[in-house]
Amino acid sequence: MNEAAPAVTQASDVENLVRGEYRHGFVTDIEADTVAPGLNEDVIRLISAKKYEPQFMLEWRLKAFRHWLTLQEPHWAHVRHAPIDYQSISYYSAPKSKQNAPRSLDEVDPKLLETYEKLGVPLHERAKLAGVAVDAVFDSVSVATTFRKKLAEAGIIFCAFSEAVKSYPELVEKYLGSVVPYSDNFFATLNSAVFTDGSFVFVPKGVRCPLELSTYFRINAANTGQFERTLIIAEEDAHVSYLEGCTAPMRDENQLHAAVVELIALEGAQIKYSTVQNWYPGDANGVGGIYNFVTKRGECRGADSRISWTQVETGSAITWKYPSVLLRGDNSIGEFYSVAVANHYQQADTGTKMIHIGRNTRSTIVSKGISAGHGQNSYRGLVKVLAKAENARNYTQCDSLLMSDRCGAHTFPYMEVKNPTAKVEHEATTSKISDDQLFYCRSRGVATEDAVNMIVSGFCKDVFKELPMEFAVEAQRLLAVTLEGAVG
Amino acid sequence: MNAVSAAIRPYAEGFKSLEPVLTRSAPAWLTALRREAFARFANHGFPGEREEDWKYTSTRPLEKRGFVPSLIAPGTIDVDAIEPAFLREIPAHTLVFINGQHAPALDTAGSDIAGLRIASLGKALQQAADKLQAYFAPASAWSDDPFTALNTAFLRDGAVIEIDDGMRLEQPLQLIFLSTKQAQPGACHPRILVRLGRHAHATLLETYHGLEAAANLTNGYAQIHLGENAQLEHLRVQRESAQDFHVNRVRVTQQHGSRYVSHTLNLGGLWVRTDLNTRLEAPEAEAVFNGLYWTDQGRHVDNHTRIDHLAPRTRSDELYRGIIGGHSHAVFNGKVVVAKHAMKTDAAQINNNLLLSRQAEIDTKPELEIYADDVQCSHGASIGQLDEQALFYLRSRGLDPETARGLLIDAFAHAVLDRIATPALQTFARRQLAAVMGAS
Repeated sequence: MNEAAPAVTQASDVENLVRGEYRHGFVTDIEADTVAPGLNEDVIRLISAKKYEPQFMLEWRLKAFRHWLTLQEPHWAHVRHAPIDYQSISYYSAPKSKQNAPRSLDEVDPKLLETYEKLGVPLHERAKLAGVAVDAVFDSVSVATTFRKKLAEAGIIFCAFSEAVKSYPELVEKYLGSVVPYSDNFFATLNSAVFTDGSFVFVPKGVRCPLELSTYFRINAANTGQFERTLIIAEEDAHVSYLEGCTAPMRDENQLHAAVVELIALEGAQIKYSTVQNWYPGDANGVGGIYNFVTKRGECRGADSRISWTQVETGSAITWKYPSVLLRGDNSIGEFYSVAVANHYQQADTGTKMIHIGRNTRSTIVSKGISAGHGQNSYRGLVKVLAKAENARNYTQCDSLLMSDRCGAHTFPYMEVKNPTAKVEHEATTSKISDDQLFYCRSRGVATEDAVNMIVSGFCKDVFKELPMEFAVEAQRLLAVTLEGAVG
Repeated sequence: MNAVSAAIRPYAEGFKSLEPVLTRSAPAWLTALRREAFARFANHGFPGEREEDWKYTSTRPLEKRGFVPSLIAPGTIDVDAIEPAFLREIPAHTLVFINGQHAPALDTAGSDIAGLRIASLGKALQQAADKLQAYFAPASAWSDDPFTALNTAFLRDGAVIEIDDGMRLEQPLQLIFLSTKQAQPGACHPRILVRLGRHAHATLLETYHGLEAAANLTNGYAQIHLGENAQLEHLRVQRESAQDFHVNRVRVTQQHGSRYVSHTLNLGGLWVRTDLNTRLEAPEAEAVFNGLYWTDQGRHVDNHTRIDHLAPRTRSDELYRGIIGGHSHAVFNGKVVVAKHAMKTDAAQINNNLLLSRQAEIDTKPELEIYADDVQCSHGASIGQLDEQALFYLRSRGLDPETARGLLIDAFAHAVLDRIATPALQTFARRQLAAVMGAS
């Protein structure tokens, strides 16, 4: 480093580093079976028919669609985007190779496997070394499922949603929409009408899932919005940890993603849901990128149950997502740990809702927002204590780190308390990376970028330590790549 | 549509009946301003709960009352009943208003001070309205706020305070607004215009006092401008009756190095909404917002604050505390906005709430909107109860539960009052709080 003009050197470093491009950008050439763009009852009937769904499913979809027609797209989030034309989206796309469904990894289309190789998550390796069962969703239809046998021995059902609809219709009918009803909100309603696939997990009474369940979502075929539906049910005293990770190829057109995730924890059950989201965020000029409008909600239905959301959000042009917990059971616990990064022209409006309904319910919220470039990062959270929720306890901490003079960090916490035994605490701070810390590191011979990485890692530590090990490693790497050179 | 027009009708009729009186001897610009403001109000109607700013406060109770314009002040008034509203700790320059209209007989004017002009707005409008025109530039109003529009439409009385450059006022200025029982519940819309020149220092006390059985609407709006390095300590004590409706907006603009310290005590009223905004428009400007709200049986109190950091090296510090008991509902919404170029901004905000009853509700929302990076901003909010340990300690020392609780609540509240710099004002504020807490 040139001691005489450190500021200048730093500035040009930044120029180079900021241009760090999205590494997972590529398109896999696979024939896809795609329905023409547009949305009407016929399309929904077609989706349902293509998936051989039972009648109740089709009716539910149509009910949702009719309700959706009466809704207006919401605009309260602190984000801006061009209007979405819902008629120009194709609502179904399945890889052709599905026709002769693979029964083992060897039968899987080698191109798909290659895709995962490029992402650094080779399926077989992952499955063997990390002991993770993977149910990979490749543009809406599952193509590979591993460790089914091992899970089946424990009585656990882990399969593609479309398969669950066919094989376990009674479970799906009982639980689907019981946490996020089809009429919940604009995007959840749209999802209810047109969802194509997703994951289904059922952990029976008293079973501790022997593996971390994991799914990789990818958006691949051009112009195909993804509408996953995930449903996880943990019966009495069951434990399950679920990992969801996403990357997507580089593309210029905005893609809509409106997933719904429902978690149900019965008495004494524990569900841990971890997400690393790294969809294409658009280029450095804000062109392209995924619109990620997701509804995620868990219900602690039984006493002593626990639901924990952990998310690392580094991708998407726009993220609009509030993983929530309904604390209905007495002594139930809800947790939310989040790291959200908005670089370049990314916009993130994310947070959580903790609804305290039962007695002695507790919730913890730790949210870390990082804004760089022209990124806009908002935390929006609700802590609600109903009149009958005796001794409810909430602690919220949301910190923001600012890394450029053109970005924004915003905090909108709502606290609504109707019970005088409740204790609700919220604290938030916003600041930039301290010059003192940077100077200290540099004086000890640590390069600026390493120092920034170190400080950011420290800033996010409270969240990363909640992630399963292999995810924590990936998350840290992702964060470093996302923020390369973001500090000047 | 029908419901809206029904809510607006009493105001429309009031405006129609009052307009001939108001236009008499008024310059054309003022008449036009009032008409335009009323049209704006009628067009918008009362804010609905779907508006984010009114999420937790419904204007329905206010709409149902159908307030008519307040009457001219009654001939006699019980001096004992209004005595507590007066600052007696030190001599002050006082203007008194009854139901929004200046009552000169009750004023206690200090000696004339060169460099200070203080007068009732009604008088100022009669004598030299054109001099005031600059105050009513469109930029000085919340153009989309119906209550501000309503205040402007019925612009009639209030106070004008102008302090010249370099003037340091030793004597506090006090404005007292009394709400008295009227044949029909009435609405008044006092406007307060304050301008401090460069390096001017002043202390302003506003008291809103409701007499027994009063059930009026006071819809006040204050515009305060602080010139370079000016300093203002501003204490507002709202102790209206348990049937009074109270809306109050304060909008401050601050120049380089100025310091605005506000203390807002919301201790009375049935349905209360206060908005306190300041714009730190030039470097080194500083704002301190302190607030205390106390609610009990059937009352609704909503405090909104907003601080805009628009220039580098501006500072703000906010502490609002609430004591919520009985069947009541309190709301706090504190917003801090840091604009793009406001580097080295330092903003801190804290909101603490004591929730004391099963029927009470508190909704709090501290917001940060930050568009600059080199800043230090923080906010905190808490909702909780009295510390069991502290209660136990006091009881082990022989205090009965009531006294012990009272002592702790008192201590909680006094953390806000301790921040009042002028000793006489602090004593006054303590007296007001004691009167309210003692009565409960």
